[in-house]
Amino acid sequence: MGVRDSGRLADGVVLSGIAKSFGPTRVLEAIDLAIEGGEFLTLVGPSGCGKSTLLRIIAGLETADAGSVAIGGRSVDHLRPDERDVAMVFQSYALYPHMTVAGNMATPLEMRRLTLAERLPLIRHLSPRRPRVMRGIMAEVRAVAETLQIAHLLDRKPAQLSGGQRQRVALGRAMVRRPRVFLMDEPLSNLDAALRVHMRSELAELHARLGITFIYVTHDQVEAMTMSSRVALMDQGRILQLGTPADLYDRPATVAVARFIGSPPINLLEGEADGTGGVRIDGVRLPIAPGVAAGTRVTVGIRPEALHPAPARHDGPVLRARLKRAENLGAEWMLHATLAGAGDAPLVVRITAAEHDAAAAAGLLGEDLALAVAPAGTHLFGADGARIAVRRLAGVA
Amino acid sequence: MRPGRLIGRIASHAVLLAGAVVMAAPFVWMLLTSIRPPEEVFGAVFDPIPSRFAGVENYGQALGASNLPRAMLNGVIVCGGILAVQLLTAIPAAYALARLSFRGRGLLFGLVLFGLCIPIQVPALPLYIALANLRLLDTYFALMMPFFLTVFGLFLFRQFFRTYPEEILQAARLDGMGEFEIVWRIAAPAALPAIAAFSVFSVVAHWNDLYWPLIVVTSSERATPALGILAFRDAETGGNYGALMAAAALITGPMIVGFLVARRAFVRGITMTGVR
Ligand SMILES: Nc1ncnc2c1ncn2[C@@H]1O[C@H](COP(=O)(O)OP(=O)(O)OP(=O)(O)O)[C@@H](O)[C@H]1O
Ligand SMILES: [Mg+2]
Repeated sequence: MGVRDSGRLADGVVLSGIAKSFGPTRVLEAIDLAIEGGEFLTLVGPSGCGKSTLLRIIAGLETADAGSVAIGGRSVDHLRPDERDVAMVFQSYALYPHMTVAGNMATPLEMRRLTLAERLPLIRHLSPRRPRVMRGIMAEVRAVAETLQIAHLLDRKPAQLSGGQRQRVALGRAMVRRPRVFLMDEPLSNLDAALRVHMRSELAELHARLGITFIYVTHDQVEAMTMSSRVALMDQGRILQLGTPADLYDRPATVAVARFIGSPPINLLEGEADGTGGVRIDGVRLPIAPGVAAGTRVTVGIRPEALHPAPARHDGPVLRARLKRAENLGAEWMLHATLAGAGDAPLVVRITAAEHDAAAAAGLLGEDLALAVAPAGTHLFGADGARIAVRRLAGVA
Repeated sequence: MRPGRLIGRIASHAVLLAGAVVMAAPFVWMLLTSIRPPEEVFGAVFDPIPSRFAGVENYGQALGASNLPRAMLNGVIVCGGILAVQLLTAIPAAYALARLSFRGRGLLFGLVLFGLCIPIQVPALPLYIALANLRLLDTYFALMMPFFLTVFGLFLFRQFFRTYPEEILQAARLDGMGEFEIVWRIAAPAALPAIAAFSVFSVVAHWNDLYWPLIVVTSSERATPALGILAFRDAETGGNYGALMAAAALITGPMIVGFLVARRAFVRGITMTGVR
C-alpha cells in the first residue's frame, strides 16, 4: 500500500455494479471491482470491450446507467469530473493545441486556484492576488516539468513536440494536480516500440514514486503483464479474471483468459476425457483430468514453452506433430507445426536457442516432430470454458 | 528545366494571369476613373491613362461634398456590431449543436438548415413593420437587428466543432472547465480560421449591403457606405463619375485592407491547429 508524500494513505477505488449501454448496445455489464489504494491496476482486453468507457465512468466524464463509484471510501457519483480529484492521461494526449506546454500544465491549477473573474481576459489583470498565485503555479509547473525532463520545452506549442514529449506533457498536466487517482487510457499506444519500452519502466517508476492509485487501460498484454500489481482482463463488458499477472498467466480461469494472455498465444487442443483421469487428444492420452466423467469434451491449453522436442521413444505423453516452419528470434526459436491427425490443429513451440541447437544435433527436428508436454504450462478447460484443476503430469520433463 | 515543362508553366501562368486581370480590371478602372478629370470620363478617346491628374478634386469632392466619412463610420459601427453579436451567439450555439447531447437537437439542426434557405427579402416586410411599430426605424439597431443571428455562421462553426477531438474537451472538463469556458478558451481558439473566414464574409456582406439600409434608413446620419454612394450620385454631384469612383474607392479600401489582415490571421489560425 503506497503512502503519498503528504503521509496520507493512498485512496482506493471501488466500483460496484457498473452497467452502461449506448442505445441498444450493452457496453458494460455489472462491473464489480475493488482497487486498493496505491495499486497499479491494469484493465486489459480486446478493442471495444469497454475499457475506455469504464475509465470515463470512473472519471465522471460518462454517467453509468447503474452502479456506483467510490474513491477513498466515499461515493463520488454526484461529483463532477473535476471534483473527483482524479487525473487522466488520454490516448491522444488531448493537449490544448493553442496553449504552450506551460499553459497546458498550468490549466488544471489555474482552474482550481483562480476565480472566474481572475481567468477572464482583461478583467483578470485587475486582481491584485493573481500575479502571486500565477507565480506559485508556474513554480510548481516547472518543478514537475523538471522531474519529467521537459523543462526546456515549456514555451513550445504541442505541435512542435515529438510523440514522446507530448506524452510527457500529458503526464505532467496530470501530475501537477496531485490527484488521488491517476487514470491512463492507452498512453503508450502512439509511441514507437523502443520509446514504449522505455516509457513502461518510467511509468512504473512514477507509480512507485507517487505512491497513488493508478488505473491503466491497454490492449497490449505485455504492458499489462510488466507494469501492474494486478490485471483485470475484460471482454464484452465483463471482467473475466482479476489477479496478479502471474495468476492470469499460470492459472487462467477460462479459455478466453488463456487465449488472450500470452504471446505467442496458448495452443488449444480439443480432447475427450476417458473417465480414468486422462484426456485423449488424437489417440495420445494425457493423464491430466482426474474426476472428469468419460466422454466429456474438454479443451487442453498448452503454453508454447510447455512443449519440448522429444525423442520418439520418450516415456510419458508425447504429441506427434508435423514441423512446418522454424523461426529464429535470436535467443529463442518458434517452431510452427500442426498436430498429426486431429484436423491439423496448429501448434506453436517456443524453445531457447540452446535447446533448439541440442534438439537439432540429436536429429529431433525432422518433419515428424515428437513433442513432450510439460505439466506447468498445461491447462484444462471444460466445455463451458471454465478451468478444471489440473494434476501434475507424471514423468514428463 | 526541360522545354516542355517550361511551356507548361508559362501556359498555366498565362491562364492565372488572365483570371487575375479579369478580377482586378474593374478595381483598376475604378481607381483610374477616380483620378480622371470629369470631361474625360465619357470622352471620345479611349485612353487608360488620364491626361491630367484630377485625383485631388475628385477625392476632395467625395470627402467634402458628401457625408461619406459619416457613412463609413456608420459602416464600421454596423458591421462591428453585427459581427460581434453574430460571433457571441453563433459560436456557443454551434458548440452546443455539435458537441452536447440534448433533446430536440436534431430538430434544431434541421431548423438551422431550413433557415439557410431563407433570404432576407422574405422576412423583410414583417421586420420592417415590427421596427416601425417599435419606433426603431432609422437607428443603428434597425440596421443590425435582422443579422444578429446567423444560420450560416452557426452551420459553419458547427461543422468545424464536429471535427474537434472529443478527448480534448474531456480533458478540459477534468481540468474543471464548464461548457461556456470550454467554448471560449478551448473550442473558439481552435476555430480561428473558421472565425476569420466568417468575419470576412459577414463584414463584406454588410458593408456593401444596400437592400436593408435602403429600407430602414431615411436620414443621412444613419447612411451606410453603400447608401452614402447612392445619395452622393443622385443628389449632390449629378453625373460626376470621377468623384463617384473616388467615393467607391474610399469605401472599398477598408475592405481590401481588412481582407489582407484577416487573411494573415487565417493562415496563422490554420498553422496553429491541426495538432493531435
Ligand atoms: N459515445 C458512444 N456512443 C455509442 N457507442 C459507444 C460510445 N462510446 C463507446 N461506444 C461503444 O462502446 C463499446 C466500448 O467502447 P470503448 O471505447 O470503451 O472500448 P475500448 O475497450 O476502450 O476499446 P479500444 O481498445 O479500441 O479503445 C464499443 O463497442 C463502442 O463502439
Ligand atoms: Mg479505448
